[in-house]
Amino acid sequence: MAEPATATQAAAPVVALLKDELDIVIPTIRNLDFLEMWRPFFQPYHLIIVQDGDPSKTIKVPEGFDYELYNRNDINRILGPKASCISFKDSACRCFGYMVSKKKYIFTIDDDCFVAKDPSGKAINALEQHIKNLLSSSTPFFFNTLYDPFREGADFVRGYPFSLREGVPTAASHGLWLNIPDYDAPTQLVKPLERNTRYVDAVLTIPKGTLFPMCGMNLAFNRELIGPAMYFGLMGDGQPIGRYDDMWAGWCTKVICDHLGLGVKTGLPYIFHSKASNPFVNLRKEYKGIYWQEEIIPFFQQAVLPKDCTTVQKCYIELAKQVKEKLSKVDPYFDKLADAMVTWIEAWDELNPTGPVPNGKAA
Amino acid sequence: MSLSIKDDEIDIVIGALRPDLTSFMNEWRTIFSRFHLIIVKDPDLKEELKIPEGFNLDVYKKPDIDRVVGTSTSTIFSGYSCRYFGYLVSRKKYIISVDDDCYPVKDNKGILVDAVAQHITNLTTPATPFFFNTLYDPFTEGADFVRGYPFSLRSGVQCALSCGLWLNLADYDAPTQALKPEERNSRYVDAVLTVPARTLMPISGINIAFNREVIGPALLPSLRLGGEGKFRWETMEDIWSGMCVKVVCDHLGLGVKTGMPYVWRNDRGDAIASLRKEWEGVKLMEEVVPFFQSVRLSREATTTEDCVAEVANVVKEQLGSKDPMFARAAKAMVDWVKLWKSVGSST
Repeated sequence: MAEPATATQAAAPVVALLKDELDIVIPTIRNLDFLEMWRPFFQPYHLIIVQDGDPSKTIKVPEGFDYELYNRNDINRILGPKASCISFKDSACRCFGYMVSKKKYIFTIDDDCFVAKDPSGKAINALEQHIKNLLSSSTPFFFNTLYDPFREGADFVRGYPFSLREGVPTAASHGLWLNIPDYDAPTQLVKPLERNTRYVDAVLTIPKGTLFPMCGMNLAFNRELIGPAMYFGLMGDGQPIGRYDDMWAGWCTKVICDHLGLGVKTGLPYIFHSKASNPFVNLRKEYKGIYWQEEIIPFFQQAVLPKDCTTVQKCYIELAKQVKEKLSKVDPYFDKLADAMVTWIEAWDELNPTGPVPNGKAA
Repeated sequence: MSLSIKDDEIDIVIGALRPDLTSFMNEWRTIFSRFHLIIVKDPDLKEELKIPEGFNLDVYKKPDIDRVVGTSTSTIFSGYSCRYFGYLVSRKKYIISVDDDCYPVKDNKGILVDAVAQHITNLTTPATPFFFNTLYDPFTEGADFVRGYPFSLRSGVQCALSCGLWLNLADYDAPTQALKPEERNSRYVDAVLTVPARTLMPISGINIAFNREVIGPALLPSLRLGGEGKFRWETMEDIWSGMCVKVVCDHLGLGVKTGMPYVWRNDRGDAIASLRKEWEGVKLMEEVVPFFQSVRLSREATTTEDCVAEVANVVKEQLGSKDPMFARAAKAMVDWVKLWKSVGSST
């Protein structure tokens, strides 16, 4: 049975990689007690706390962390009317943190995620693994049967063309979870006691042309390469849907990464997910998503971005256009979402005025 | 072992490239002994085979191969390709094939891995090629589809091929192993996953299983390197065959899984010595991969045989002029389909 590591077991890293180039973005509505356990791994880094819900509540950040905190009032003040694109009463609000960050890399984690142990009992430094994933190439064009060839003790297998062995830059690193798995509400209802105890010692690149369900609980990405695509949509208060924020960002991100020749990895690191949310509450939030996704998935699978979309922003605006054209008929929500996607890019560019960084070649 | 699979639906096909199979068979005894085995002796191997007692098996040697397919055709079964003769004469639904220098492994908990049972589980549970499940095989105990996985895709498709992996001597090519002579694969990855549709990969023949009724004709001896030898470093035949199989599976809506089971692959041979022979194969893949990535089969190709014939045609048209090896491979594929229809059987 999976157990989290204790704070004393988590050994301090010798070197905090990228400590001035990475922000940790944490959405919270409750408290940040979980940070105590992560202290040895997180303390060298700057935190961006996005406080959801009642802005008059004070969220206490444990001593010794370097952070900036934004509540709803701050979001409204900073974005003005564009604040409408940032969700309220949903962890989707975290993407505001991506927008205000000035760093090259982002790691985001939920406040009910703790340090996991690997099979040898050692505490897992999830951030360090994400950084390794992001700093080594991805291989989306041909599947390597021994998984990530850049990991120690692994390599490309016989038959893997040498011309593809350099790989492409990694835009995102999608980590997994021990203990409470990220199931949807119907699955949770059928299997309330199922716990993920399987530690799969692999990182792999998700092949080009393949979509996946991206979970925002334990995620890192290169903000310069893909940041504007990580919009977590309109969820929560006043919206007909919840728990599809990270899904939406993941599908947009993957389509754009495939188009621009960037890689997405999944697998290690694991975190220990401690809190099982209420499946009935989840069902209410998700149920529209469950049947909408039957339309959404084919939409993303068939989405083609024109060759002149050479930046993430251009790709994203184009996607927003296609969402409006093709998904509005599913529900007027998508019309609103398409507008919010455009607002998001406008806000992103306003807050990050150095302009779009060329992001590789369009596919 | 799945309750719905009877032992007599399975053939274990072993290509014998070395004469003394005693320790190989003894190590696998507890796992293999309940099944029927087909042992095919490499027609180029001169020495007599040594096989221990106590197995239910049929052994095929050069005279047998000559008798079934004719002496001129039997050359296609030389070397590692001898196992395809076993596929041809088998009448079972499932085939499991491992190289004769591979042994059972113990998993992370120290339990001996029943590679046959794992392959059969892979083949008899659905594959999910149309959308990636981040918790890997959703049909494995303790796992499921994750949030965001479309419900309409959760019944999956039939799995036609199960590709296992190797501890110790991984299936690297000669240059890679020569550069890292001490590297051995010690990472046991506790996962099975479906290779997504339209994603190609190098399918190694070292540890493989398939549903013969569904995909049999697509595993074929066809590409033979000019300097092909008796070490895996000196071949590409399985990689080529595997690309065909994946293209056919993608077209027919069948699944391919990769991951467990692991086998232990013994140290054998010298990567540097093999470099000379296999360089040809390494260069070839530069052509082969983009080629297979571009292959699209017609709507009329609804059977595996039809698909293979179409692939052969495209190989001949697009690659045949680039290297006579490809032209020969295309012809071998066409001949194989004919051979399969006359000798092989779908039931």
